[in-house]
Amino acid sequence: MKTYLPPKFIVERNDSRCIRCEVCVNQCTFDIHSYDIEDDEIKSCEENCVGCHRCVVFCPTNALTIRRNPLDYRENYNWRPEVIEDIIKQSETGGVILTGMGNDKSYRVYWDHLVLNASQVTNPSIDPLREPMELTTYLGQKPDKVEFKSDSLELNTDLAPQVKLDVPVMFSAMSYGAVSLNVHESMARAATEMGTLWNTGEGGLHPKLYKYGDNTIVQVASGRFGVHPEYLDVARIVEIKIGQGAKPGIGGHLPGEKVGAEVSSTRMIPKGTDALSPAPQHDIYSIEDLAQLVYALKEATNYTKPVCVKIAAVHNSAAIASGMVRAGADIIVLDGLRGSTGAAPKIIRDNVGIPIELALASVDDRLRQEGIRNQASVVIAGGIRSSGDVAKAIALGADAVYIGTAALIALGCTTCQQCHTGKCAWGICTTDPRLMKRVNPDIGTRRLSNLLRGWSLELKDILGGMGINALESLRGNRLQLRGVGLTDTELEILGVRMAGV
Amino acid sequence: MKEIVTIDAKDILYRELNAKLRQVVSNGTQKIELRNVYGQRYIGTDLDKPVEIEIFGTPGNDLGAFMDSPRIIVHGNAQDGCGNTMNNGEIIIHGHAGDILGLSARGGKIFVREDVGYRAGIHMKEYQDKKPIVVIGGTAQDFLGEYMAGGIMILLGLNFKEGERHNTNFIGTGMHGGVIYMRGEVQEFQLGKEIGVTELNEDDYLVLKKLVGEFASYFNYNTEEILKHKFIKLFPLYLRPYGRLYAY
Repeated sequence: MKTYLPPKFIVERNDSRCIRCEVCVNQCTFDIHSYDIEDDEIKSCEENCVGCHRCVVFCPTNALTIRRNPLDYRENYNWRPEVIEDIIKQSETGGVILTGMGNDKSYRVYWDHLVLNASQVTNPSIDPLREPMELTTYLGQKPDKVEFKSDSLELNTDLAPQVKLDVPVMFSAMSYGAVSLNVHESMARAATEMGTLWNTGEGGLHPKLYKYGDNTIVQVASGRFGVHPEYLDVARIVEIKIGQGAKPGIGGHLPGEKVGAEVSSTRMIPKGTDALSPAPQHDIYSIEDLAQLVYALKEATNYTKPVCVKIAAVHNSAAIASGMVRAGADIIVLDGLRGSTGAAPKIIRDNVGIPIELALASVDDRLRQEGIRNQASVVIAGGIRSSGDVAKAIALGADAVYIGTAALIALGCTTCQQCHTGKCAWGICTTDPRLMKRVNPDIGTRRLSNLLRGWSLELKDILGGMGINALESLRGNRLQLRGVGLTDTELEILGVRMAGV
Repeated sequence: MKEIVTIDAKDILYRELNAKLRQVVSNGTQKIELRNVYGQRYIGTDLDKPVEIEIFGTPGNDLGAFMDSPRIIVHGNAQDGCGNTMNNGEIIIHGHAGDILGLSARGGKIFVREDVGYRAGIHMKEYQDKKPIVVIGGTAQDFLGEYMAGGIMILLGLNFKEGERHNTNFIGTGMHGGVIYMRGEVQEFQLGKEIGVTELNEDDYLVLKKLVGEFASYFNYNTEEILKHKFIKLFPLYLRPYGRLYAY
């Protein structure tokens, strides 16, 4: 069938700059560029270009420009090019449209409508370059009260296991299989270097990375891939994954092509079979069942590690979160509408779930109202882009955040949304041994550590400006936030006053 | 002779009971008897040694969850989630078992003398020499072997009265690995879309002889008698049942 899909991008080559080195030919994983020996010319077949800009960045003479194909259909706000293309795709395949990355639609980004406070005259701001400034965060269940021994400062109260973070930013769950082993290694090493944690996702943990266990969160999801006693033993935290912001209520299918020898050994399934993660965990149909798995994992790890439960932010998140805390979760994770994925049905990614800012505010409120906020730490994920977003999240009530997309961008990702194809030209979302070499774990570690270092410095600047010297004093401190351009209802849900008041 | 440690589980909560088990096993004990078990959960979890535990009474949910190595013999019924994500070891149940028996098990063996609940063997998977095995003496509720990705499941129907048969529906829905052997016939409508039915070959009978033999030795059956009856073999038609669902 002749496809009616027009090319999405146009490749422009400045021929006077092109030296025929064929770097673009070798770097492109979508077979766009080819060298024509007879004409001594590099040619480009634009139909398959995904706009990842790998060739642009690696062209030594800057001869390439990739532009969006303007697709000047008759202007129509309803029947936009994307809508038209999706219909064409489905009429030609009869399938579910798959995509990667997070929701790219124009739902309101509340972070961009929240502004932070600073001290002026009435209390002094602090210069973090010269004064101590603390970002330390402890994740885990906190007791209702603590008692000290009468003759010393030693605690008389038994504490649930606590995990210390030097910076309240962790690397979100991305499974080995979805991303490459080099990406896992980069995250594991950067997390270790920066005193934070990374998350294995549900594809198991490669034995090569066991030595970073103290900085590792291992996931137990519906597929239970690679979950065995050693996996639970090496981890610092065990996370039960119920849902994910990019695809609430949906399971996962890691296609057989991505299950090579190494992925098969880590997931513990035969090579070439689909790794199917069922939509629900079939041992969890209720809060009581969740409690059962939480305590099964606590038993399996002899109560030495916090157990975390992750859900996608959906309409009833606040009530569900209350249930999760009561089920014994030491940490709860909310993953919002803009959370990313290695593969999801586009219709789900773009239409299901709620913005993380609203979910966080309502969950934090609910847990406070019920007097159980101390019983679990709250971690959020889904679209955190900068230290500004982190500071606002902490002020709204989060204990820490997860970053996924931001971490991948640090490694080269340009959010071209082709994660599900396994052909990632940046070598991130692939298991192709040739492509995965494009992420060098030494350099990947440096890039990720640098990002966290930069954000830490900025967070300290933000705190110092407010005259606060410990992140703990910003946590849940919504007076440090004001809303701009929000309705009364939005302000009420966020628990934030309008700027100017 | 092995020293047997007896624990009276009456009136103790699961956390205390399991802590006691951990302590007893770490002392090198190889055989434990649990008396008066009344629904305590997670027995056998986090013991990680080839200890033998005989349970008298009714163990609670998640018996042997995440278990690695112990051998558990239950003189009574097991509840839901028995052998959940089990890695290795053996569970022998002289009675019935509840729902999701052997959910996501990766290794080890489970033998149930009587019937089991819904979704038995769901998402069991195998890798190289790790191959979970479930043998059920009676029958099963619906969704037997759902999402099954590996391992062997055997359903014997030994406790049928005259005229009774397996009423299990949606057998092997989403199954993409492993094998189910059933003693007796099932109708086509009882099977998931993703599985096929075939006669057994010689290799299959060798597998059955060994595993049914083990089953028979635990519950005093005659292997030959059991194997005289006709068996069918259910297997996944596709390694990738949902491979053609998507547009890229």
